[in-house]
Amino acid sequence: MPTDKTSTLDDVIGELRDGMTIGIGGWGSRRKPMALVRALARSDVEDLTVVTYGGPDLGLLCAAGKVRRAYYGFVSLDSAPFYDPWFSKARTNGEIEVREMDEGMVKCGLEAAAARLPFLPIRAGLGSDVLKFWEGELKTVESPYPDPDGRTQTLIAMPALKLDAAFVHLDLADAHGNAAYTGVDPYFDDLYCAAAERRYLETDQLVSTEVLVKSVPHQRLLLNRMNVDRVVHTPNGAHFTFAGDYGRDERFQQFYVASAKDPEAWKAFSRRFLEVDEQTYQREVAAWQDDQKEDGQ
Amino acid sequence: MSTAETQAPESTEAATRAEYCVVSCAEIFRGAGEIMASPMSPVALLGARLARLTFEPDLLITDGEALILADTPPIGKTGAIEGWMPFRKVFDVVASGRRHVVMGANQIDRHGNQNLSAFGPLQHPTRQMFGVRGAPGNTINHATSYWVGRHSSRVFGESVDIVSGVGYDKVDPDNPAFDDLNIHRVVTNLGVFDFGGPDHTMRALSLHPGVTAEEVAENTGFEVAGLADAPETRQPTAEELSLIRDVLDPKGIRNREVK
Repeated sequence: MPTDKTSTLDDVIGELRDGMTIGIGGWGSRRKPMALVRALARSDVEDLTVVTYGGPDLGLLCAAGKVRRAYYGFVSLDSAPFYDPWFSKARTNGEIEVREMDEGMVKCGLEAAAARLPFLPIRAGLGSDVLKFWEGELKTVESPYPDPDGRTQTLIAMPALKLDAAFVHLDLADAHGNAAYTGVDPYFDDLYCAAAERRYLETDQLVSTEVLVKSVPHQRLLLNRMNVDRVVHTPNGAHFTFAGDYGRDERFQQFYVASAKDPEAWKAFSRRFLEVDEQTYQREVAAWQDDQKEDGQ
Repeated sequence: MSTAETQAPESTEAATRAEYCVVSCAEIFRGAGEIMASPMSPVALLGARLARLTFEPDLLITDGEALILADTPPIGKTGAIEGWMPFRKVFDVVASGRRHVVMGANQIDRHGNQNLSAFGPLQHPTRQMFGVRGAPGNTINHATSYWVGRHSSRVFGESVDIVSGVGYDKVDPDNPAFDDLNIHRVVTNLGVFDFGGPDHTMRALSLHPGVTAEEVAENTGFEVAGLADAPETRQPTAEELSLIRDVLDPKGIRNREVK
């Protein structure tokens, strides 16, 4: 019987150290491992480097003052008002150092790390200010193979984005780390795990291996157990981003943005939703949603 | 098409500025063939769908998530699908060159450099937007056009703060990796432009009816080539107007982007 990897959020956070590089799966405000992100935000781990197709994951970590450096192609909430308020504040206050890049470069860097290569060549980035963002850390490479016309291609040498830890959210999983997505897009979650030393999976549904493989077409089994170290059962854990079985909580996302505009409102938001454990968070979200329904009537 | 033009002149006369913009965005895709059209905002999206319903039937369009649409549904609606295009595959298409993206822009300069990242210094901006997104990879790999709903000298300025989309002055002719740079069109609420001016600078191809060369000059922070000679943007045909109004955008979402 393969190892049972079921764990708590605290088990995961207990393995993290100051200064680590954390890769966060999903895309924008889509299937983000928010239960793990919330747990990290309320921990005492700090000075982190974050690699992400960014959304409120990076925003919440910026709000908590956890981020020293961020590697990303974009940061977006994917729906109005689009810009994450805490990432914006961290940037405009000059609080974080960023290595902004083309979206395709993020994939390329994770692929290099997954294949244990120092870099992979890519066109994206040439001619743009991406090179300036990297302040000398991003190099180019000349092809050893000349083109038919005798010229030689010079390309971006995208460095491997090696991760100390990866956080991903999959819709269902077994106790060993086999996992499937039920939505329309796998995003890059398997690649984040392949690029990381320690791989942490949160899941809405924890099921037996037998149920897992019968629940979805086999092509949806994105992760297998050799690429996962710990499995945390976190129903609705991706909230307020969307996952396979639930939509994005647009009203709550707007509430998050509105709360960030005012210090008192943010203090109240933090006290109710961020300085609490995951169970309390989910209970408070349900209560908040009920309040919204009553207000709407 | 010429038949349609002669059939209903009264509905052509009634074409709004927004409808000229939609047709101008459709024209971006003329001759594109069997590639993926990736419009990023409503008017550009309507343009892509209009092109597919008229002169570019082989265009591939997606639902904005990960599905390729078999039909050409109205804006905001999905329909039958013909394929799967998750984000990971989008990057493969970008690298293959079989794509034409229509992006927005917070800034564009006369060489076609575009910014959608942030305003101000790189590590300490005064205003944060999305980041460079796919702009560096799009521009260096395949045809790229821009749609700007509010043409102003704030958008079209002397230079851009952060080069996200690459312009023609960045091209290294000795490096073949730049050979596919193709900033095809800029469509705005005032007219249609390309980079066929001196040294690949911005040039007016046409101005929408009611727009003067002076108005464009006043709202652009650099000299635009060909402005004095620019003809009027071609009229939407009766078929195009009917497709825009009755099929693709019955709710008039186009009017939110263009006043």
